[in-house]
Amino acid sequence: MNSPIKVWELPGGIHPPERKAQSLQLPLGELPLPPVLVIPLNQHMGTPAQAVVQVGDRVLAGQLIGAADGTFSANTHASTSGTVIAIEERAIAHPSGIHSESVVIEADGKHEWIGLTPCEDYQSLDRLDLLDTIRAAGVAGLGGAGFPTAVKLAPKSTQVIDTLILNGAECEPYITADDMLMQVRAAEVVSGTLLLSHILQHPEQILIGVEDNKPKAIAALKAAIAGASVSNPEAAKIRVVAFPTKYPSGGAKQLIQILTGREVPSGHHSADAGVICVNVGTAVAAWRAVRFGEPLVSRVTTVVGEALTTQRNIDVLFGTPISYVLTQHGFDISRASRVVMGGPMMGFTLLDLDAPVGKTINCILAPGKQELPAPQPAQACIRCGLCSEVCPVHLLPQQLFWYAQAKDFDRLEAHNLFDCIECGACSYVCPSTIPLVQYYRAAKGSIRLHDLEKEKSDRSRQRFEFRQSRIAKEEAEKEAKRVLRQKAAEEAKQKLAEKTASIAAAKNDAVAAETTIAPATGAPAAGMPAAGMPATGSPAAGSPAADVISAAVAKAAVVPQASAAEQKAKLQRILAAAKNNLEFNQKPLIPNKTNPVISDEQLVKQQVRIKQAEMKVAEAEKKLADFIAEIGEEIPAVADSAPTVTAAEINDPVAASIARAQAKLAFSPADKLRSNLDSLRLRLEKAEEKVAQAKADGSASLEALQMGTEKLQQKIAETLAELNALDASDKPVASAAAEQTAAQIAIAKAKAKAARMTTMSDEEKHAQQIQAMQSRLQKARERLEKAEAEDDPNIDAFRLGVTKLEERLNEMS
Amino acid sequence: MIDLILHNPIVTALLALGGLSAAFGAVLGFAAVKYKVEGDPIVERIDALLPQTQCGQCGHPGCRPYAQAIADGEAINKCPPGGQATINALADLLDVPAPSLDAEHGEHLPIKLVAFIREDECIGCTKCIQACPMDAILGAAKQMHTVIADECTGCDLCVEPCPVDCIDMIPVETDLQTWQWNLPATNQTPVFHVVGNLIASDLQPAGNRLTPNQDDNKAA
Repeated sequence: MNSPIKVWELPGGIHPPERKAQSLQLPLGELPLPPVLVIPLNQHMGTPAQAVVQVGDRVLAGQLIGAADGTFSANTHASTSGTVIAIEERAIAHPSGIHSESVVIEADGKHEWIGLTPCEDYQSLDRLDLLDTIRAAGVAGLGGAGFPTAVKLAPKSTQVIDTLILNGAECEPYITADDMLMQVRAAEVVSGTLLLSHILQHPEQILIGVEDNKPKAIAALKAAIAGASVSNPEAAKIRVVAFPTKYPSGGAKQLIQILTGREVPSGHHSADAGVICVNVGTAVAAWRAVRFGEPLVSRVTTVVGEALTTQRNIDVLFGTPISYVLTQHGFDISRASRVVMGGPMMGFTLLDLDAPVGKTINCILAPGKQELPAPQPAQACIRCGLCSEVCPVHLLPQQLFWYAQAKDFDRLEAHNLFDCIECGACSYVCPSTIPLVQYYRAAKGSIRLHDLEKEKSDRSRQRFEFRQSRIAKEEAEKEAKRVLRQKAAEEAKQKLAEKTASIAAAKNDAVAAETTIAPATGAPAAGMPAAGMPATGSPAAGSPAADVISAAVAKAAVVPQASAAEQKAKLQRILAAAKNNLEFNQKPLIPNKTNPVISDEQLVKQQVRIKQAEMKVAEAEKKLADFIAEIGEEIPAVADSAPTVTAAEINDPVAASIARAQAKLAFSPADKLRSNLDSLRLRLEKAEEKVAQAKADGSASLEALQMGTEKLQQKIAETLAELNALDASDKPVASAAAEQTAAQIAIAKAKAKAARMTTMSDEEKHAQQIQAMQSRLQKARERLEKAEAEDDPNIDAFRLGVTKLEERLNEMS
Repeated sequence: MIDLILHNPIVTALLALGGLSAAFGAVLGFAAVKYKVEGDPIVERIDALLPQTQCGQCGHPGCRPYAQAIADGEAINKCPPGGQATINALADLLDVPAPSLDAEHGEHLPIKLVAFIREDECIGCTKCIQACPMDAILGAAKQMHTVIADECTGCDLCVEPCPVDCIDMIPVETDLQTWQWNLPATNQTPVFHVVGNLIASDLQPAGNRLTPNQDDNKAA
């Protein structure tokens, strides 16, 4: 056990004054319970824990208050009994001064512990169970980084661990927490070491590395090992290795290099070199978690500095405010230059003294003004090269300094900035007092942020491109639909044309019949509505050419007339909408909840809107008038009479009835029957086909089909009979020659009505209008009722229509 | 024939050189076809340097069109969100001198912003959703909208279309994950409890530093 072990030398390194004696004069102390403890949920490296208690809950010492969030996280426990009075953002010991979520516990002074489950013989337990116990106890690296211990103790299967190193180097000036712990709890350190060795499946070497400036700790450890090896032979394997004091030998990778000669490759963990390195304090915490079931709620911390009257090590509960610790040690703020968390080399100035003690705080340093004065202003780099001589990781600090100043991140990474352990040796030796490490920290932060931003911008690009492609797809779909619709419309148009052609052909037959019946009368084909061309009929009477022409004319009359009515209705609708809009805009602005004050700007806006609406109304009126004029010109031509009726005088009802009559004229009963007959014949054909198919297939529905065919045949027969009868009745009408179709009678009626209107007195006109309006209102009301009954979505529109009609009626009468 | 070649060194040299050039030409021609580079890689590389806010401040509908424009010879100083850092990176990539940011296109804000919708004022008009190039706004017609802060690039495009002006651009708060040390100011004058500066440099110049007048443990 005492056989000498080879110790390698750390490259670089410095020998700052140690200043460790003053805190070792007094034994390990304890503080009275502070009245309030602030327990941050992020005391470790990794994801913050999630609070699992509520404000007002009573908690006991050791009770879980923050559950680990994922694997790379650690549980947080209440360090004393009391009541949770707040879960909020509180100051934490962090160089940024950023506040972090913490559980605030008002101590009840009883310090009652939650029920713990001790374990007498951990050797009988599975190592995974042991890891779970350690994880549940919230053990994190107490050396300073706060790495979750359970994660560290579970190396990957590819990493073969042959060496376990307990880190008791404690190289930084002032700090004596581990020294004190090893002196006082040497037996627990040894037990913890054996436990870790068991979990790591008994690696070949078990070393406890201690700097040779801690003879008392070394002696205590050796004694404890001798004591433990009586009961557990494995303890004899543990070697306490004392090596020359040099800063920064306490870094995990540096200690591995000193004790094993292995250098951990850049960008790798120490487990990749086959070594697990654990702080002695962490080993004790893991041991207590397994042996006594005790979660990590306190640690040994050095409280030191000339601004204090008492300088010693204390076992302090997590969550104790640092201001409370300082007060208990006679802190005199007037003598202090600052309060530093950690040692003078790697620590940081505390921005808020109310920040609590956490798992990673191994030293509270309150130096006097002479002891640690404010930094000297930095001078220019003189390229002396002292920094690269002391760098323990063989970097080129001055090059890194230049690149950090120039923010040349690529070159910084090429010069392995991320291997820098921020030990501060370069800053310490710099004759120009350049705060080199601060440059490296800033550069590291910038690079990390830059990488984060890069990641985010890549994600943004993906999202943007996805959105673009989605929009393009939507557009393409819309376009495809539009094309499809256009095609359908064209097809429909074609069909309509075919239909009208067939109707015209049917009419041709009829006309031919007429002409053959009454050629002697010499009457022109007056039966035909010579729409727009009244003269064409007479000279070519009786000739087949006349038939063709009149058929074409009929066709021309049907389509534009029907569509003219539609168009007019549309124009009227537009006008009504425009009027509506105008009315709405003319309403005075009423102050409402969202808009309590009407500003001048709004009034101006309203004026503008009214103007626009008026313009729209005027436009719609003009269009309608133009249209009516156009129609009006056509109508007299159709009527071929009543030249007194000017276009302007023809009003809506007349034009509408004329249009209706025109439409009816196009579909004379005979025509209708004929087209009916055609479609029936088609259906019959199809039905017969089906019957034949069904017969061939021996289908069960054969009977039904045959019945359908019979019915169709019957219908055709009926239609034919009707048509014959109609033709017969047409004959006398045609022979009368002067008479026209029923539709033309309607036209005549309308014309007469129009003529009457012109001659009617104003009063009569008015009365008639009122009557018409009343009937319209009646109809609108009926429709509204129907809509109400059916819960129509357009019910509001109907209602509006009815009220409008009522208003207009009121205006008239 | 062989005699001719053997006896006329010039012919020999010509034949040898001609044969070599034909062989290499064939190899090069094959390589040009076989390893043809698809697309324009310079556009990809420029696009990778742009901040991907898709804000359109450069006058192009997104970062990629601007990357294409730069590749076609447009000025590289039209990206305010990227700032001088992006201009420098672009200048480095294209091997041109780095101009300063063209103020015509906006200013570079040193702080990151994200959009925030004052939700009780939102009327659910979906206009901001249509404006967002990042699909970072959630909501439906007549329903309250909200910004997914993690996806928001702070491009500002949603602010203008909002009919009730309920969108604010707020600075992103620094948390423990995004916090970083500042570069030390040159010739800084440290102030007590203000600068979280490095302790190792807090030493007096050599000769004066930490003199062992205290009872230091110098035992080795």
